[in-house]
Amino acid sequence: MIRNTVISVKNLVKKFGSFTANDNLNFEVYEGEIFGFLGANGAGKTTALRILSGLSSPTSGEVIVAGFNAKKDPEKIKKNIGYMCQKFSLYEDLTIRENIMLYGGIYGMSKVNIKKRTEDLLEKLHFEEYGDRLISALPLGLRQKLAFSVAVFHEPRIVFLDEPTGGVDPITRRQFWEMIYEAADRGITVFVTTHYMDEAEYCDRISIMSEGRIVALDTPEALKKKYDAGSVEEVFVKIARPQ
Amino acid sequence: MKRFLGFVKKEFLHIFRDFRTLIILFGIPVAQILIFGFVVSTDIRDAGVAFLDLSKDDVTQKISDKICSSGFFRRVDDLQNYNEIDMVMKKGAVKAVIVFGDNFGADLISEGRATMSIIADGSEPNTATLITNYVTAIVTDFNRELAGASTGNKLLIQPEVRMFYNPGMKSHFMFVPGVITLILILICALMTSVTITREKEFGTMEVLLVSPLKPLHIILGKVTPYFLLSFINVIMILLLSWLVFDLPVKGSLILLLAESMLYILMSLSLGILISAVSKTMQQAIFISLVGLMLPTILLSGFIFPIENMPEAYDWFSAILPPRYFVVIIKNIMIKGAGFMYVWKETLILTVMTILFIGLSVRNFKVRLQ
Repeated sequence: MIRNTVISVKNLVKKFGSFTANDNLNFEVYEGEIFGFLGANGAGKTTALRILSGLSSPTSGEVIVAGFNAKKDPEKIKKNIGYMCQKFSLYEDLTIRENIMLYGGIYGMSKVNIKKRTEDLLEKLHFEEYGDRLISALPLGLRQKLAFSVAVFHEPRIVFLDEPTGGVDPITRRQFWEMIYEAADRGITVFVTTHYMDEAEYCDRISIMSEGRIVALDTPEALKKKYDAGSVEEVFVKIARPQ
Repeated sequence: MKRFLGFVKKEFLHIFRDFRTLIILFGIPVAQILIFGFVVSTDIRDAGVAFLDLSKDDVTQKISDKICSSGFFRRVDDLQNYNEIDMVMKKGAVKAVIVFGDNFGADLISEGRATMSIIADGSEPNTATLITNYVTAIVTDFNRELAGASTGNKLLIQPEVRMFYNPGMKSHFMFVPGVITLILILICALMTSVTITREKEFGTMEVLLVSPLKPLHIILGKVTPYFLLSFINVIMILLLSWLVFDLPVKGSLILLLAESMLYILMSLSLGILISAVSKTMQQAIFISLVGLMLPTILLSGFIFPIENMPEAYDWFSAILPPRYFVVIIKNIMIKGAGFMYVWKETLILTVMTILFIGLSVRNFKVRLQ
C-alpha cells in the first residue's frame, strides 16, 4: 500500500541559545494516519509541534507540512492545518454558533457554507438546543468535543492536537477518540500529543521523544514486541527512564 | 479583509457582553465629569469676607455696604490691623479680606485715585478667583457711579488683587481636559492590555496564531474596537461638559479631535506593549494602574501644577505622554489656541507613538521566535 506523505521531517534541529530542544529529528507522517507523539514533559514535544504548525521556525533541517516548507511558507501551512491545544480554545463569552462563525471566517469559509455545516455539526453532536448558548454554560466534556469539531471544521489536511483530553472523564475521552477516528476516516491526518498511555494504544503509529531526540517510532504493536512489554506504558517506562 | 472584520466583530461581542467593561467604558467617564464638575463649583453665594478698614470714611463705608448687599458676600468680621488677616483666614470662615488703606476717601477726592487690596484664600483657587472677580466687578461698578456723579474729574479706585497660598492660580477648568486624558489612558492602555493578555491566559491566542490570521491583524483587530469606542468617549465627554457645565471648545474642534486620535493611538500602542511584557491579566492591570494611571493623575499636571513640583518630579513627568496631551487639549479647549501653539507637544507625542509601536512590534516578533 502506497500512502501519501503529509508531514516530512529531515534532520530537524531547534536551538534556543545553547540549549538544544530538538536534536536531529527524522520522521514522516502519512495521510489519514493517527500519529501519536509521546514524551515526558520537557522532552521537546511542544517545540516540535510549534515548528510543524508554523508558529516557530527551525534552526536547521527540512520540514515539509502539507506540501509546504515550514521555514519559507509557514503562512501556507497555517491555511491547511487545524489546531487544538491543551488549554480550552473557544471563547466562553460567545455562543457555539458565534465561535464557529468566527473560526470558520478566519479560515476563509463562506458564510452560507459555515451556516449549513454548523447545523449539520450541531445535529451530529445532538447539540441543537445549545447552539445559541454561551460556551461558559456548557460542561467541560461537551466543550472539548466542540473544540475538536471546531479545529476540523474547515476540513484541514492535518489537525494538531496538543494533549486534547487533559482533565476529561473516561467516557468523554472515549467519545472524543471516536471523533478522532471519524476525522481520520475522512482523510484528515491526526497528529496528537498525549500523556495518557492507553490513548497511545489507539494511534496507528507512535513516536517517543526523550531529551530532544526521537528514541522510538513504530506501531504500538511492533514497539511492544520489540521491547517485550505488555502495554505502551511499559514500553515508555523502559525507554524514557534514564538508566 | 472579511477575516479581519469577523475578528473585530468578535471583539465587540466581548466588550458588549461584559458588564464591567461597559461600566469602565461609559460609566466612569460620565461619573468623573459629573463629580469633578459639581465638586469644582463655579458659583459663589454668601462667601464670608472680612474688612480691614483703616480709614473708616464715607467712601469705604459705601463700598463695603455695596459689597455686602450684592448677595454674594457676607460680612463675617471687621479687623483692626494687618496681623489679623492670616489668623482669620486660617480659621476658614473668611474667604477673602478687603483692605482699605489710610485716608482712602481723602486720597480719592484729592488725588482722584485710591488703592484697595483684595486678599483671597488661594488654597481654594476656584473660589478665590471668583471672589476677586466679583469684588473687582462691584468696585468697577462703584467707580462708574462716582464718575457719573461728579463729571469732570475722574475718580478712580484701583483694586489690587493678591492671592494668598497659590499665587499662580493654575488649576481651574482643568477637569475636562484632565478627565479626557485620564479616561483615554485608562480605556486604551488598560483595556487593550487586559484583552490581549486574556487571550494569552486562556490559550486562545495560540489558536489565533496558528490560524491564517497574521499577528498584525490579530493586534489590529483587538485594538480597532477600542479605538472607535475611545473616540466616541471623547465626543461624549466634550458634549457632556458643554451641555452640563457650559464649557465649550474654544479652539478648533477638528484639531482637538485629531490630537485626541494621536493620543489614543499612543495609548493603544502602550497597551500593546504592556500586554507583550505581561503574562497574566493581573500583571497587565498592575502595570497599567501603577505605571500609567497614578503618574497620569499625579504628575501630568492635570490636578497638581507641574510648575510647583520639585525639579526631579518635573523631569520624571517629562517622559509621561499625558503631560503633553494635557497641555495640548487645555490650550485648544480653554485658551482657543491653534496648531502653532501646540506643535511642539504634538511632535513629542508623535515621536513617542512611533517609538511605542516599534517597540511593541519588535516584542511581539521576539515572542514568536
